[in-house]
Amino acid sequence: MTIQDIQNDIVDEFSMFDDWMQRYEYMIELGKSLPLIDEKYKTEDNIIKGCQSKVWVHAELEDEKLVFTADSDAIITKGIIAILVRAFSNQSPKAIIEANTEFIDQIGLKEHLSPTRANGLVSMIKQLKMYAIAYQTQLN
Amino acid sequence: MINIDKIREDFPILKRKVNGHPLVYFDNAATSQTPQQVIDCIVDYYSNYNANIHRGVHTLSQEATDKYEQARIKIQRHFNAKHSHEMIFTSGTTHGTNLVAHGFTAILKEGDELIVSAVEHHSNIVPWQMLCERTGAVLCVLPIDDHGELIMREYDKLLSEKTKLVFCNHISNALGVVNPIEEIIEKAHKVGAAVLIDGAQATAHIKPDVQELDVDFYVASAHKMCGPTGVGVLYGKEEWLEKLPPYQGGGEMIAEVSFEKTTYAGLPHKFEAGTPNICGGIAFGAAIDYMNNIGFDNIKAYEDELLHYGTEKMSQIEGLRIYGNSKNKASLISFNIEGIHPYDIGTIVDKLGIAVRTGHHCAQPVMDFFKIPGTVRASFAFYNTKEEIDALVEAVKKAKMMLS
Repeated sequence: MTIQDIQNDIVDEFSMFDDWMQRYEYMIELGKSLPLIDEKYKTEDNIIKGCQSKVWVHAELEDEKLVFTADSDAIITKGIIAILVRAFSNQSPKAIIEANTEFIDQIGLKEHLSPTRANGLVSMIKQLKMYAIAYQTQLN
Repeated sequence: MINIDKIREDFPILKRKVNGHPLVYFDNAATSQTPQQVIDCIVDYYSNYNANIHRGVHTLSQEATDKYEQARIKIQRHFNAKHSHEMIFTSGTTHGTNLVAHGFTAILKEGDELIVSAVEHHSNIVPWQMLCERTGAVLCVLPIDDHGELIMREYDKLLSEKTKLVFCNHISNALGVVNPIEEIIEKAHKVGAAVLIDGAQATAHIKPDVQELDVDFYVASAHKMCGPTGVGVLYGKEEWLEKLPPYQGGGEMIAEVSFEKTTYAGLPHKFEAGTPNICGGIAFGAAIDYMNNIGFDNIKAYEDELLHYGTEKMSQIEGLRIYGNSKNKASLISFNIEGIHPYDIGTIVDKLGIAVRTGHHCAQPVMDFFKIPGTVRASFAFYNTKEEIDALVEAVKKAKMMLS
């Protein structure tokens, strides 16, 4: 599946909900399915700055595809990362670099995308893309 | 007595809806809301007499200068300072603290000691750390106990003839505990040390009397007491302000300038370089008038009632822990629910129209002490109601249900 396909799926899933509470409950559920980062990678270096909650992300290249694992100490943040990881993990670095994030807006989480918000969703996306750029350079 | 309905009418923002719910504003410790009287004052300034102050011969400049200086006198009377020139207009509490810390660079020497309390806001830690770096002075920390109260017997041990400065907040922003500043000041003076009290949190609840406290420096911000942002006050005893060198150079703070030598203006202008926040200063005066019209005794009695009501209601939520359990406390509840991150609670209650603050509240050492990443802080003002507290309790319960 391409990133766009996965994003379309996520948008479909979220369109079933009528109100924010259902959306948040679903997001919290998704948080529980997040592929957790190995404890040994929960280092200061892997913490994404700009989050009020702690967020760790680790990236590894497998068969030229980037695999993300992550964790957070706040569950809503974890749900947001789970959505991002689902959309971006197991994709080529090039596809990740080129991907847009409009689906966040479509699933009603736009408020989390504001650069001034202390949850660091923007820093999170930036970090995923940075990993992709770094690995793309390696592949070249 | 507080006429709560009448007071709420004064605050246009309280009619707002947030996320489809009536706004419940419980982030007063971060910034207070602005009554119409203060908004009118700001509009009046820009509509009728906006001009640069001091030395202008034209009418508008005279009017603006008069109003600005009248505001200084209002602030002086409010804090009961001896002279109006002891009230220095600043951009806020942080500015005032930095001004004093800068001034002490020339006074301190290597090996001198400063005492800081463990419940300080970063703005009352970092300027002093920078001062220590510049001078070789040493920063000593006055610890707190599990209730968030300062351990005063440790203070006695820290004080010595080496102590030159002590700084402490009047009320802790992270926990709401009222610190025993009278004792802190008295004991510091016995060893010849000066004291700076950070009144950022206190001035919304208490009317400090700087002469009775005998405090050397007291700093505060207008925006925590119904005034605008970007303006505050530094009170300093005349003899201290005379001793400290100017903080910034520029217009307004000089007597005579030549390329060979510049002489500085007297107090308070020596510390007020450049065009100040004229409108802000005048509106600060209006905010002080507004609060005094309601009366600080009334404000305190009403807020105490809210605090007791809130504490009782919140304590009934299972797994909820309140940080800062001192009997002497401002109307603020800093809490966590077991197993739930404060950020998650803040996000959910915001969805229900309730504004609280989450995080370390710029007091990381306090959070480290309790070994927590942060807290949720609900801070009440005299325009809040018990019904709003009920809404918070329901919202927190809902958040707990969703997040557990």
